[in-house]
Amino acid sequence: MIEALGVTCRYGATVVVDDVTLRLPAGGITSIIGPNGAGKSSLLSVISRLLPAASGRVLVDGMDVAVTPGDVLARRLSSLRQDNHLPARLTVRDLVAFGRYPHSKGRPTAADRPHVERAISYLGLEAQADRFLDELSGGQRQRAFIAMVLCQDTDYVLLDEPLNNLDMRHAVAIMRLLRRAATELGKTIVLVLHDLNFASCHSDRIVAMREGRVVMQGPPEAIMRPEALREIFDIEASVHEIGGDRIAVFYR
Amino acid sequence: MPRFALALALTALLAVASLFVGVGEVTPRALLWPAPGQDALQLLLVSRIPRTLSIVLAGAALGVAGLVMQLLARNRFVEPSTAGTAEAASLGLLAAMVLTPEMPILGKMLLASGFALAGTALFLGLLRRIPLRSVLVVPLMGLMLGAVIDSVTTFLAYRFDMLQSVNAWTAGDFSGVLEGRYELLWVALLLTLAAYAVADRLTLAGMGEAFTTNLGVNHARILALGLGIVAMVTAAVVVTVGMIPFLGLVVPNLVSMFMGDHARRSIPWIAVAGAAFLLACDLLGRLLLYPYEIPVGTVAGVIGAALFLHLLFRRDARLA
Repeated sequence: MIEALGVTCRYGATVVVDDVTLRLPAGGITSIIGPNGAGKSSLLSVISRLLPAASGRVLVDGMDVAVTPGDVLARRLSSLRQDNHLPARLTVRDLVAFGRYPHSKGRPTAADRPHVERAISYLGLEAQADRFLDELSGGQRQRAFIAMVLCQDTDYVLLDEPLNNLDMRHAVAIMRLLRRAATELGKTIVLVLHDLNFASCHSDRIVAMREGRVVMQGPPEAIMRPEALREIFDIEASVHEIGGDRIAVFYR
Repeated sequence: MPRFALALALTALLAVASLFVGVGEVTPRALLWPAPGQDALQLLLVSRIPRTLSIVLAGAALGVAGLVMQLLARNRFVEPSTAGTAEAASLGLLAAMVLTPEMPILGKMLLASGFALAGTALFLGLLRRIPLRSVLVVPLMGLMLGAVIDSVTTFLAYRFDMLQSVNAWTAGDFSGVLEGRYELLWVALLLTLAAYAVADRLTLAGMGEAFTTNLGVNHARILALGLGIVAMVTAAVVVTVGMIPFLGLVVPNLVSMFMGDHARRSIPWIAVAGAAFLLACDLLGRLLLYPYEIPVGTVAGVIGAALFLHLLFRRDARLA
Protein backbone atom coordinates (compact mmCIF):
# COMPACT_ATOMS: atom_id res chain seq x y z
CA MET A 1 0.00 0.00 0.00
CA ILE A 2 1.11 3.52 -0.76
CA GLU A 3 0.10 6.10 1.83
CA ALA A 4 0.63 9.80 1.41
CA LEU A 5 -0.04 11.49 4.76
CA GLY A 6 -0.55 15.24 4.72
CA VAL A 7 1.95 15.76 1.91
CA THR A 8 2.70 19.36 1.01
CA CYS A 9 5.17 20.38 -1.62
CA ARG A 10 6.33 23.84 -2.65
CA TYR A 11 8.41 25.47 -5.31
CA GLY A 12 9.51 28.65 -3.63
CA ALA A 13 6.35 30.28 -2.35
CA THR A 14 4.05 28.37 -4.70
CA VAL A 15 2.28 25.43 -3.11
CA VAL A 16 1.96 22.72 -5.75
CA VAL A 17 0.77 19.86 -3.57
CA ASP A 18 -1.44 21.03 -0.76
CA ASP A 19 -1.80 18.74 2.26
CA VAL A 20 -2.69 15.61 0.29
CA THR A 21 -3.65 12.47 2.14
CA LEU A 22 -4.14 9.51 -0.15
CA ARG A 23 -4.19 5.75 0.30
CA LEU A 24 -3.60 3.52 -2.68
CA PRO A 25 -4.07 -0.18 -1.93
CA ALA A 26 -1.65 -2.69 -3.42
CA GLY A 27 -2.54 -4.10 -6.83
CA GLY A 28 -4.26 -2.66 -9.86
CA ILE A 29 -3.82 0.44 -11.95
CA THR A 30 -4.42 3.88 -10.50
CA SER A 31 -4.48 6.86 -12.82
CA ILE A 32 -3.97 10.38 -11.57
CA ILE A 33 -5.75 12.93 -13.74
CA GLY A 34 -6.30 16.65 -13.52
CA PRO A 35 -5.67 19.90 -15.35
CA ASN A 36 -2.19 21.30 -15.96
CA GLY A 37 -0.53 22.50 -12.79
CA ALA A 38 -2.73 20.38 -10.54
CA GLY A 39 0.32 18.90 -8.83
CA LYS A 40 0.04 15.39 -10.30
CA SER A 41 3.66 15.05 -11.32
CA SER A 42 4.89 16.64 -8.12
CA LEU A 43 2.83 14.23 -6.03
CA LEU A 44 4.20 11.30 -8.02
CA SER A 45 7.74 12.65 -7.55
CA VAL A 46 7.27 12.95 -3.80
CA ILE A 47 5.92 9.40 -3.61
CA SER A 48 8.94 8.13 -5.52
CA ARG A 49 11.29 10.24 -3.31
CA LEU A 50 12.59 12.23 -6.26
CA LEU A 51 11.28 15.40 -4.68
CA PRO A 52 11.37 16.10 -0.95
CA ALA A 53 8.05 16.99 0.66
CA ALA A 54 7.88 20.28 2.55
CA SER A 55 5.80 18.45 5.12
CA GLY A 56 4.01 15.16 5.49
CA ARG A 57 5.17 11.62 4.91
CA VAL A 58 4.92 8.94 2.27
CA LEU A 59 4.86 5.30 3.28
CA VAL A 60 5.30 2.45 0.82
CA ASP A 61 4.41 -0.83 2.50
CA GLY A 62 5.00 1.01 5.76
CA MET A 63 8.47 2.24 4.77
CA ASP A 64 8.95 5.99 4.94
CA VAL A 65 10.42 6.88 1.52
CA ALA A 66 12.35 9.83 2.93
CA VAL A 67 14.44 7.68 5.29
CA THR A 68 14.46 4.19 3.75
CA PRO A 69 17.86 3.44 2.14
CA GLY A 70 17.71 4.20 -1.56
CA ASP A 71 18.78 0.75 -2.71
CA VAL A 72 16.17 -0.99 -0.56
CA LEU A 73 13.44 1.19 -1.99
CA ALA A 74 14.77 0.76 -5.53
CA ARG A 75 13.93 -2.93 -5.33
CA ARG A 76 10.35 -2.17 -4.30
CA LEU A 77 9.41 0.90 -6.25
CA SER A 78 10.43 2.21 -9.64
CA SER A 79 9.49 5.45 -11.30
CA LEU A 80 9.82 7.17 -14.60
CA ARG A 81 9.65 10.88 -15.07
CA GLN A 82 8.01 12.71 -17.87
CA ASP A 83 11.05 14.33 -19.30
CA ASN A 84 13.74 11.77 -20.01
CA HIS A 85 16.37 13.70 -21.74
CA LEU A 86 19.67 11.89 -21.92
CA PRO A 87 22.82 13.58 -23.06
CA ALA A 88 24.67 10.27 -22.68
CA ARG A 89 24.90 7.99 -25.68
CA LEU A 90 23.71 4.59 -24.50
CA THR A 91 22.28 1.68 -26.42
CA VAL A 92 18.75 0.52 -25.68
CA ARG A 93 20.14 -2.67 -24.14
CA ASP A 94 22.53 -0.67 -21.89
CA LEU A 95 19.67 1.48 -20.69
CA VAL A 96 17.35 -1.44 -20.00
CA ALA A 97 20.15 -3.33 -18.23
CA PHE A 98 20.49 -0.41 -15.83
CA GLY A 99 17.08 -1.42 -14.53
CA ARG A 100 18.84 -4.40 -12.94
CA TYR A 101 21.19 -2.11 -11.04
CA PRO A 102 19.35 -2.31 -7.70
CA HIS A 103 19.50 -6.10 -7.92
CA SER A 104 22.97 -6.65 -9.29
CA LYS A 105 24.86 -3.56 -8.09
CA GLY A 106 26.14 -2.88 -11.56
CA ARG A 107 27.62 -6.32 -12.01
CA PRO A 108 25.04 -7.94 -14.25
CA THR A 109 24.88 -11.66 -13.63
CA ALA A 110 23.66 -14.38 -15.94
CA ALA A 111 20.37 -14.24 -14.06
CA ASP A 112 19.86 -10.61 -15.11
CA ARG A 113 20.14 -11.22 -18.83
CA PRO A 114 16.75 -12.91 -19.32
CA HIS A 115 15.12 -9.98 -17.47
CA VAL A 116 16.71 -7.55 -19.89
CA GLU A 117 15.80 -9.50 -23.00
CA ARG A 118 12.24 -10.05 -21.77
CA ALA A 119 11.74 -6.34 -21.10
CA ILE A 120 13.11 -5.49 -24.53
CA SER A 121 10.79 -7.92 -26.27
CA TYR A 122 7.76 -6.83 -24.17
CA LEU A 123 8.20 -3.36 -25.58
CA GLY A 124 8.92 -4.64 -29.09
CA LEU A 125 12.38 -3.15 -29.22
CA GLU A 126 14.35 -6.20 -30.39
CA ALA A 127 15.32 -4.56 -33.67
CA GLN A 128 16.57 -1.42 -31.88
CA ALA A 129 18.29 -3.15 -28.95
CA ASP A 130 21.81 -2.27 -30.03
CA ARG A 131 21.10 1.19 -31.37
CA PHE A 132 21.97 4.35 -29.50
CA LEU A 133 19.09 6.17 -27.84
CA ASP A 134 19.85 9.40 -29.67
CA GLU A 135 19.28 7.61 -32.96
CA LEU A 136 15.73 6.56 -32.09
CA SER A 137 12.41 8.28 -32.53
CA GLY A 138 10.74 9.86 -29.51
CA GLY A 139 8.29 6.99 -29.19
CA GLN A 140 10.98 4.33 -29.39
CA ARG A 141 12.99 6.16 -26.76
CA GLN A 142 9.94 6.38 -24.51
CA ARG A 143 9.42 2.64 -24.87
CA ALA A 144 13.08 2.02 -24.04
CA PHE A 145 12.64 3.92 -20.78
CA ILE A 146 9.50 1.98 -19.92
CA ALA A 147 11.39 -1.25 -20.65
CA MET A 148 14.05 -0.13 -18.20
CA VAL A 149 11.51 0.49 -15.46
CA LEU A 150 9.86 -2.88 -16.09
CA CYS A 151 13.29 -4.51 -15.99
CA GLN A 152 13.70 -3.07 -12.50
CA ASP A 153 10.95 -5.54 -11.62
CA THR A 154 9.48 -3.79 -8.60
CA ASP A 155 6.12 -4.29 -6.88
CA TYR A 156 5.28 -0.63 -7.37
CA VAL A 157 5.68 1.08 -10.73
CA LEU A 158 5.09 4.83 -11.00
CA LEU A 159 4.98 6.36 -14.46
CA ASP A 160 4.53 10.02 -15.27
CA GLU A 161 2.84 10.42 -18.65
CA PRO A 162 4.00 7.08 -20.06
CA LEU A 163 2.02 7.62 -23.26
CA ASN A 164 3.97 10.75 -24.18
CA ASN A 165 5.27 10.63 -27.74
CA LEU A 166 3.55 7.33 -28.48
CA ASP A 167 1.35 6.68 -31.47
CA MET A 168 -2.04 5.06 -30.90
CA ARG A 169 -0.88 1.55 -31.51
CA HIS A 170 1.97 1.80 -29.03
CA ALA A 171 -0.09 3.70 -26.49
CA VAL A 172 -2.66 0.91 -26.45
CA ALA A 173 0.09 -1.71 -26.35
CA ILE A 174 1.67 -0.06 -23.30
CA MET A 175 -1.65 0.18 -21.46
CA ARG A 176 -2.38 -3.51 -22.20
CA LEU A 177 1.09 -4.42 -21.03
CA LEU A 178 0.58 -2.53 -17.78
CA ARG A 179 -2.80 -4.21 -17.36
CA ARG A 180 -1.16 -7.60 -17.75
CA ALA A 181 1.61 -6.70 -15.29
CA ALA A 182 -1.04 -5.67 -12.77
CA THR A 183 -3.28 -8.69 -13.26
CA GLU A 184 -0.76 -11.47 -13.81
CA LEU A 185 2.18 -10.29 -11.74
CA GLY A 186 0.21 -8.45 -9.08
CA LYS A 187 2.06 -5.19 -9.58
CA THR A 188 0.75 -1.89 -8.30
CA ILE A 189 0.83 0.67 -11.06
CA VAL A 190 0.33 4.39 -10.62
CA LEU A 191 0.17 6.61 -13.68
CA VAL A 192 -0.20 10.25 -14.41
CA LEU A 193 -2.32 10.37 -17.55
CA HIS A 194 -3.47 13.23 -19.70
CA ASP A 195 -5.74 11.19 -21.89
CA LEU A 196 -8.96 10.88 -19.93
CA ASN A 197 -10.33 8.06 -22.05
CA PHE A 198 -7.20 5.94 -21.65
CA ALA A 199 -7.56 6.41 -17.91
CA SER A 200 -11.21 5.43 -18.10
CA CYS A 201 -10.62 2.27 -20.16
CA HIS A 202 -7.65 0.84 -18.31
CA SER A 203 -7.73 1.98 -14.68
CA ASP A 204 -9.11 0.33 -11.58
CA ARG A 205 -9.07 3.65 -9.75
CA ILE A 206 -8.90 7.25 -10.82
CA VAL A 207 -7.60 9.99 -8.58
CA ALA A 208 -8.50 13.50 -9.70
CA MET A 209 -6.41 16.45 -8.63
CA ARG A 210 -6.93 20.13 -8.93
CA GLU A 211 -4.91 23.02 -7.54
CA GLY A 212 -2.69 20.76 -5.49
CA ARG A 213 -5.51 18.83 -3.85
CA VAL A 214 -7.21 15.51 -4.44
CA VAL A 215 -10.74 16.52 -5.34
CA MET A 216 -12.22 13.16 -6.18
CA GLN A 217 -11.28 9.51 -6.31
CA GLY A 218 -12.96 6.26 -7.17
CA PRO A 219 -13.55 3.73 -9.91
CA PRO A 220 -13.84 5.07 -13.48
CA GLU A 221 -17.67 5.03 -13.26
CA ALA A 222 -17.52 7.54 -10.42
CA ILE A 223 -15.23 9.97 -12.21
CA MET A 224 -16.39 9.61 -15.79
CA ARG A 225 -19.54 11.69 -15.31
CA PRO A 226 -20.27 15.08 -16.89
CA GLU A 227 -20.70 16.79 -13.49
CA ALA A 228 -17.48 15.34 -12.15
CA LEU A 229 -15.49 16.30 -15.24
CA ARG A 230 -16.88 19.82 -15.06
CA GLU A 231 -15.71 20.10 -11.49
CA ILE A 232 -12.23 18.70 -12.22
CA PHE A 233 -11.44 20.24 -15.59
CA ASP A 234 -13.97 23.05 -16.12
CA ILE A 235 -15.10 21.43 -19.33
CA GLU A 236 -18.44 20.45 -20.76
CA ALA A 237 -18.16 16.80 -21.71
CA SER A 238 -20.70 14.20 -22.59
CA VAL A 239 -19.94 10.68 -21.42
CA HIS A 240 -20.98 7.71 -23.54
CA GLU A 241 -20.84 4.05 -22.75
CA ILE A 242 -19.26 2.27 -25.69
CA GLY A 243 -18.46 -1.45 -25.52
CA GLY A 244 -18.56 -1.36 -21.73
CA ASP A 245 -16.13 1.60 -21.46
CA ARG A 246 -17.03 5.13 -20.52
CA ILE A 247 -15.79 7.56 -23.11
CA ALA A 248 -15.84 11.30 -22.57
CA VAL A 249 -16.43 13.46 -25.62
CA PHE A 250 -15.25 17.03 -25.25
CA TYR A 251 -13.75 17.90 -28.59
CA ARG A 252 -16.20 20.58 -29.67
CA MET B 1 38.58 -7.46 -28.87
CA PRO B 2 40.91 -7.01 -31.86
CA ARG B 3 40.11 -3.33 -32.36
CA PHE B 4 41.24 -2.53 -28.85
CA ALA B 5 44.41 -4.58 -29.30
CA LEU B 6 45.11 -2.59 -32.44
CA ALA B 7 44.68 0.69 -30.58
CA LEU B 8 46.99 -0.53 -27.84
CA ALA B 9 49.62 -1.57 -30.39
CA LEU B 10 49.43 1.80 -32.11
CA THR B 11 49.87 3.59 -28.79
CA ALA B 12 52.80 1.35 -27.90
CA LEU B 13 54.37 2.21 -31.24
CA LEU B 14 54.03 5.92 -30.52
CA ALA B 15 55.53 5.36 -27.08
CA VAL B 16 58.53 3.58 -28.57
CA ALA B 17 58.95 6.38 -31.10
CA SER B 18 58.86 8.85 -28.22
CA LEU B 19 61.77 7.01 -26.60
CA PHE B 20 63.98 7.49 -29.62
CA VAL B 21 63.18 11.03 -30.68
CA GLY B 22 65.31 13.82 -29.33
CA VAL B 23 68.53 15.77 -29.65
CA GLY B 24 70.68 13.40 -27.61
CA GLU B 25 71.45 10.29 -29.57
CA VAL B 26 69.39 7.40 -28.30
CA THR B 27 69.03 4.67 -30.90
CA PRO B 28 68.75 0.91 -30.49
CA ARG B 29 72.25 0.73 -31.93
CA ALA B 30 73.66 3.23 -29.43
CA LEU B 31 72.06 1.29 -26.61
CA LEU B 32 73.49 -2.05 -27.65
CA TRP B 33 76.95 -0.85 -28.64
CA PRO B 34 77.53 2.36 -26.70
CA ALA B 35 80.18 4.59 -28.22
CA PRO B 36 82.79 5.72 -25.71
CA GLY B 37 81.89 8.95 -23.95
CA GLN B 38 78.17 8.65 -24.76
CA ASP B 39 75.75 7.21 -22.32
CA ALA B 40 72.61 6.52 -24.28
CA LEU B 41 71.30 4.18 -21.59
CA GLN B 42 71.63 6.89 -18.96
CA LEU B 43 69.76 9.35 -21.18
CA LEU B 44 67.06 6.76 -21.83
CA LEU B 45 66.55 5.99 -18.16
CA VAL B 46 66.74 9.49 -16.76
CA SER B 47 64.96 11.45 -19.46
CA ARG B 48 63.26 9.54 -22.26
CA ILE B 49 61.49 6.84 -20.26
CA PRO B 50 60.21 9.27 -17.62
CA ARG B 51 59.05 11.64 -20.35
CA THR B 52 57.23 8.92 -22.27
CA LEU B 53 55.67 7.48 -19.13
CA SER B 54 54.49 10.87 -17.97
CA ILE B 55 52.88 11.56 -21.35
CA VAL B 56 51.06 8.23 -21.28
CA LEU B 57 49.90 8.72 -17.70
CA ALA B 58 48.82 12.33 -18.17
CA GLY B 59 47.07 11.63 -21.49
CA ALA B 60 45.10 8.70 -20.14
CA ALA B 61 44.18 10.46 -16.90
CA LEU B 62 43.14 13.74 -18.53
CA GLY B 63 40.98 11.93 -21.10
CA VAL B 64 39.15 9.99 -18.40
CA ALA B 65 38.86 13.09 -16.19
CA GLY B 66 37.22 14.82 -19.15
CA LEU B 67 34.67 12.05 -19.49
CA VAL B 68 33.90 12.13 -15.77
CA MET B 69 33.39 15.90 -15.95
CA GLN B 70 31.07 15.51 -18.94
CA LEU B 71 28.99 12.89 -17.17
CA LEU B 72 28.74 14.88 -13.94
CA ALA B 73 27.89 18.18 -15.65
CA ARG B 74 25.72 16.35 -18.20
CA ASN B 75 27.27 18.37 -20.95
CA ARG B 76 29.51 17.22 -23.78
CA PHE B 77 31.57 20.37 -23.90
CA VAL B 78 33.07 20.60 -20.45
CA GLU B 79 36.42 19.38 -19.27
CA PRO B 80 38.84 20.54 -16.57
CA SER B 81 40.07 23.45 -18.70
CA THR B 82 36.55 24.66 -19.56
CA ALA B 83 35.11 24.46 -16.07
CA GLY B 84 37.50 26.47 -13.97
CA THR B 85 39.11 23.30 -12.57
CA ALA B 86 42.55 23.75 -14.09
CA GLU B 87 42.67 27.47 -13.33
CA ALA B 88 41.66 26.84 -9.73
CA ALA B 89 44.35 24.17 -9.46
CA SER B 90 46.97 26.61 -10.63
CA LEU B 91 45.75 29.23 -8.18
CA GLY B 92 46.09 26.59 -5.47
CA LEU B 93 49.60 25.78 -6.60
CA LEU B 94 50.50 29.47 -6.49
CA ALA B 95 49.08 29.70 -2.98
CA ALA B 96 51.23 26.73 -1.96
CA MET B 97 54.35 28.29 -3.50
CA VAL B 98 53.75 31.61 -1.78
CA LEU B 99 52.60 30.41 1.62
CA THR B 100 54.68 27.27 2.14
CA PRO B 101 57.45 27.10 -0.45
CA GLU B 102 59.13 24.28 1.46
CA MET B 103 56.13 22.02 1.28
CA PRO B 104 56.83 18.69 -0.47
CA ILE B 105 55.35 18.28 -3.94
CA LEU B 106 52.64 15.88 -2.73
CA GLY B 107 51.43 18.48 -0.25
CA LYS B 108 51.37 21.13 -2.99
CA MET B 109 49.36 18.80 -5.18
CA LEU B 110 46.85 18.20 -2.41
CA LEU B 111 46.43 21.92 -1.84
CA ALA B 112 46.01 22.43 -5.60
CA SER B 113 43.42 19.60 -5.55
CA GLY B 114 41.52 21.37 -2.82
CA PHE B 115 41.40 24.54 -4.90
CA ALA B 116 40.45 22.56 -8.02
CA LEU B 117 37.64 20.91 -6.09
CA ALA B 118 36.35 24.26 -4.84
CA GLY B 119 36.56 25.76 -8.33
CA THR B 120 34.67 22.89 -9.92
CA ALA B 121 32.06 22.86 -7.17
CA LEU B 122 31.59 26.59 -7.75
CA PHE B 123 31.11 25.87 -11.45
CA LEU B 124 28.50 23.18 -10.82
CA GLY B 125 26.81 25.38 -8.24
CA LEU B 126 26.56 28.19 -10.80
CA LEU B 127 25.15 25.72 -13.33
CA ARG B 128 22.32 24.85 -10.98
CA ARG B 129 21.38 28.51 -10.75
CA ILE B 130 21.29 29.16 -14.48
CA PRO B 131 17.74 28.87 -15.69
CA LEU B 132 18.53 28.46 -19.35
CA ARG B 133 21.06 25.69 -19.63
CA SER B 134 21.84 25.70 -23.29
CA VAL B 135 24.58 23.30 -24.32
CA LEU B 136 26.99 25.99 -25.30
CA VAL B 137 26.28 28.37 -22.44
CA VAL B 138 27.63 25.80 -20.00
CA PRO B 139 31.23 25.61 -21.26
CA LEU B 140 31.11 29.33 -22.02
CA MET B 141 30.37 29.99 -18.38
CA GLY B 142 33.12 27.59 -17.37
CA LEU B 143 35.58 29.47 -19.57
CA MET B 144 34.51 32.77 -18.01
CA LEU B 145 34.85 31.39 -14.51
CA GLY B 146 38.28 30.06 -15.49
CA ALA B 147 39.29 33.47 -16.82
CA VAL B 148 38.19 35.17 -13.62
CA ILE B 149 40.18 32.73 -11.48
CA ASP B 150 43.09 33.06 -13.86
CA SER B 151 43.14 36.83 -13.52
CA VAL B 152 43.27 36.48 -9.74
CA THR B 153 46.22 34.10 -10.17
CA THR B 154 47.98 36.48 -12.53
CA PHE B 155 47.48 39.43 -10.22
CA LEU B 156 48.81 37.55 -7.21
CA ALA B 157 51.69 36.10 -9.21
CA TYR B 158 52.57 39.59 -10.37
CA ARG B 159 52.53 40.87 -6.81
CA PHE B 160 54.71 38.01 -5.58
CA ASP B 161 56.96 38.08 -8.62
CA MET B 162 56.09 34.57 -9.68
CA LEU B 163 54.65 35.11 -13.13
CA GLN B 164 57.25 32.88 -14.74
CA SER B 165 56.47 29.90 -12.56
CA VAL B 166 52.77 30.38 -13.23
CA ASN B 167 53.39 30.36 -16.97
CA ALA B 168 55.30 27.12 -16.59
CA TRP B 169 52.32 25.28 -15.20
CA THR B 170 49.61 26.83 -17.33
CA ALA B 171 51.30 25.71 -20.56
CA GLY B 172 51.85 21.97 -20.53
CA ASP B 173 55.36 20.92 -21.39
CA PHE B 174 57.10 17.59 -21.01
CA SER B 175 60.60 18.78 -21.82
CA GLY B 176 61.45 19.29 -18.18
CA VAL B 177 60.35 15.83 -17.13
CA LEU B 178 63.18 13.86 -15.55
CA GLU B 179 63.36 10.88 -13.30
CA GLY B 180 62.20 11.96 -9.85
CA ARG B 181 60.01 14.80 -11.18
CA TYR B 182 57.03 13.04 -12.66
CA GLU B 183 56.18 10.24 -10.24
CA LEU B 184 53.17 12.13 -8.93
CA LEU B 185 51.45 11.16 -12.17
CA TRP B 186 51.16 7.60 -10.90
CA VAL B 187 48.61 9.05 -8.49
CA ALA B 188 46.66 10.16 -11.56
CA LEU B 189 46.79 6.59 -12.85
CA LEU B 190 45.41 5.27 -9.55
CA LEU B 191 42.59 7.82 -9.77
CA THR B 192 41.87 6.73 -13.33
CA LEU B 193 41.58 3.14 -12.12
CA ALA B 194 39.27 4.38 -9.36
CA ALA B 195 37.10 6.02 -12.00
CA TYR B 196 36.97 2.73 -13.87
CA ALA B 197 35.95 0.92 -10.69
CA VAL B 198 32.93 3.21 -10.22
CA ALA B 199 32.24 3.48 -13.96
CA ASP B 200 28.64 2.26 -13.72
CA ARG B 201 27.73 4.80 -11.11
CA LEU B 202 29.37 7.58 -13.13
CA THR B 203 27.31 6.55 -16.14
CA LEU B 204 24.22 6.68 -13.94
CA ALA B 205 25.12 10.14 -12.71
CA GLY B 206 25.29 11.16 -16.36
CA MET B 207 21.61 10.30 -16.66
CA GLY B 208 20.59 12.78 -14.03
CA GLU B 209 19.55 12.90 -10.42
CA ALA B 210 16.03 11.48 -10.78
CA PHE B 211 17.30 8.55 -12.78
CA THR B 212 20.07 7.82 -10.30
CA THR B 213 17.77 8.12 -7.30
CA ASN B 214 15.21 5.80 -8.85
CA LEU B 215 17.86 3.11 -9.12
CA GLY B 216 18.78 3.55 -5.47
CA VAL B 217 22.11 5.30 -5.92
CA ASN B 218 23.00 8.38 -3.91
CA HIS B 219 23.54 11.08 -6.52
CA ALA B 220 25.27 13.55 -4.22
CA ARG B 221 27.78 10.94 -3.15
CA ILE B 222 28.73 9.90 -6.66
CA LEU B 223 28.96 13.56 -7.63
CA ALA B 224 31.39 14.20 -4.78
CA LEU B 225 33.42 11.13 -5.64
CA GLY B 226 33.64 12.04 -9.33
CA LEU B 227 34.55 15.65 -8.54
CA GLY B 228 37.27 14.44 -6.20
CA ILE B 229 38.76 12.30 -8.95
CA VAL B 230 38.65 15.12 -11.51
CA ALA B 231 40.13 17.68 -9.13
CA MET B 232 43.01 15.45 -8.05
CA VAL B 233 43.86 14.32 -11.58
CA THR B 234 43.88 17.92 -12.77
CA ALA B 235 46.03 19.02 -9.86
CA ALA B 236 48.51 16.18 -10.36
CA VAL B 237 48.91 17.08 -14.03
CA VAL B 238 49.14 20.83 -13.44
CA VAL B 239 51.74 20.37 -10.72
CA THR B 240 53.98 18.04 -12.72
CA VAL B 241 53.74 19.07 -16.37
CA GLY B 242 51.25 21.94 -16.61
CA MET B 243 47.80 22.07 -18.12
CA ILE B 244 47.04 20.46 -21.46
CA PRO B 245 43.91 22.03 -22.90
CA PHE B 246 41.15 20.31 -24.93
CA LEU B 247 42.43 16.76 -24.52
CA GLY B 248 39.69 15.92 -22.03
CA LEU B 249 37.18 17.38 -24.42
CA VAL B 250 38.04 15.91 -27.80
CA VAL B 251 39.17 12.43 -26.79
CA PRO B 252 35.98 11.40 -24.93
CA ASN B 253 33.83 12.95 -27.65
CA LEU B 254 35.63 11.13 -30.42
CA VAL B 255 35.44 7.83 -28.53
CA SER B 256 31.77 8.43 -27.79
CA MET B 257 30.99 8.66 -31.49
CA PHE B 258 31.67 4.99 -32.05
CA MET B 259 31.63 3.51 -28.54
CA GLY B 260 28.79 5.37 -26.88
CA ASP B 261 28.94 6.67 -23.33
CA HIS B 262 28.73 3.57 -21.19
CA ALA B 263 31.73 4.42 -19.06
CA ARG B 264 32.55 0.79 -18.32
CA ARG B 265 33.19 0.26 -22.02
CA SER B 266 34.50 3.67 -23.00
CA ILE B 267 37.01 4.35 -20.19
CA PRO B 268 39.63 1.86 -21.48
CA TRP B 269 39.29 3.36 -24.95
CA ILE B 270 39.50 6.91 -23.68
CA ALA B 271 42.58 6.11 -21.61
CA VAL B 272 44.38 4.56 -24.57
CA ALA B 273 43.25 7.21 -27.04
CA GLY B 274 44.20 10.00 -24.60
CA ALA B 275 47.69 8.56 -24.25
CA ALA B 276 48.04 8.19 -28.03
CA PHE B 277 46.76 11.72 -28.68
CA LEU B 278 49.23 13.23 -26.24
CA LEU B 279 52.12 11.11 -27.51
CA ALA B 280 51.38 12.23 -31.04
CA CYS B 281 51.14 15.91 -29.98
CA ASP B 282 54.39 15.70 -28.06
CA LEU B 283 56.21 13.97 -30.94
CA LEU B 284 54.92 16.61 -33.31
CA GLY B 285 56.10 19.34 -30.98
CA ARG B 286 59.53 17.76 -30.85
CA LEU B 287 59.86 17.24 -34.60
CA LEU B 288 58.33 20.37 -36.13
CA LEU B 289 61.14 22.76 -35.19
CA TYR B 290 63.82 20.16 -34.56
CA PRO B 291 66.14 20.56 -32.71
CA TYR B 292 63.90 23.03 -30.85
CA GLU B 293 60.66 22.09 -29.13
CA ILE B 294 57.13 23.45 -29.21
CA PRO B 295 55.48 22.85 -25.82
CA VAL B 296 52.92 20.06 -25.97
CA GLY B 297 50.27 22.35 -24.46
CA THR B 298 50.50 24.54 -27.54
CA VAL B 299 50.37 21.66 -30.01
CA ALA B 300 47.50 19.97 -28.15
CA GLY B 301 45.74 23.34 -27.96
CA VAL B 302 45.91 23.89 -31.71
CA ILE B 303 44.96 20.35 -32.73
CA GLY B 304 42.40 20.06 -29.95
CA ALA B 305 40.78 23.38 -30.86
CA ALA B 306 40.49 22.28 -34.49
CA LEU B 307 38.89 18.99 -33.48
CA PHE B 308 36.64 20.83 -31.03
CA LEU B 309 35.40 23.12 -33.78
CA HIS B 310 34.81 20.08 -35.95
CA LEU B 311 32.68 18.56 -33.19
CA LEU B 312 30.72 21.78 -32.83
CA PHE B 313 30.06 22.11 -36.54
CA ARG B 314 29.17 18.50 -37.11
CA ARG B 315 25.83 18.60 -38.82
CA ASP B 316 24.25 16.03 -36.55
CA ALA B 317 25.84 17.43 -33.41
CA ARG B 318 23.68 16.15 -30.63
CA LEU B 319 22.92 19.33 -28.79
CA ALA B 320 22.51 17.64 -25.49
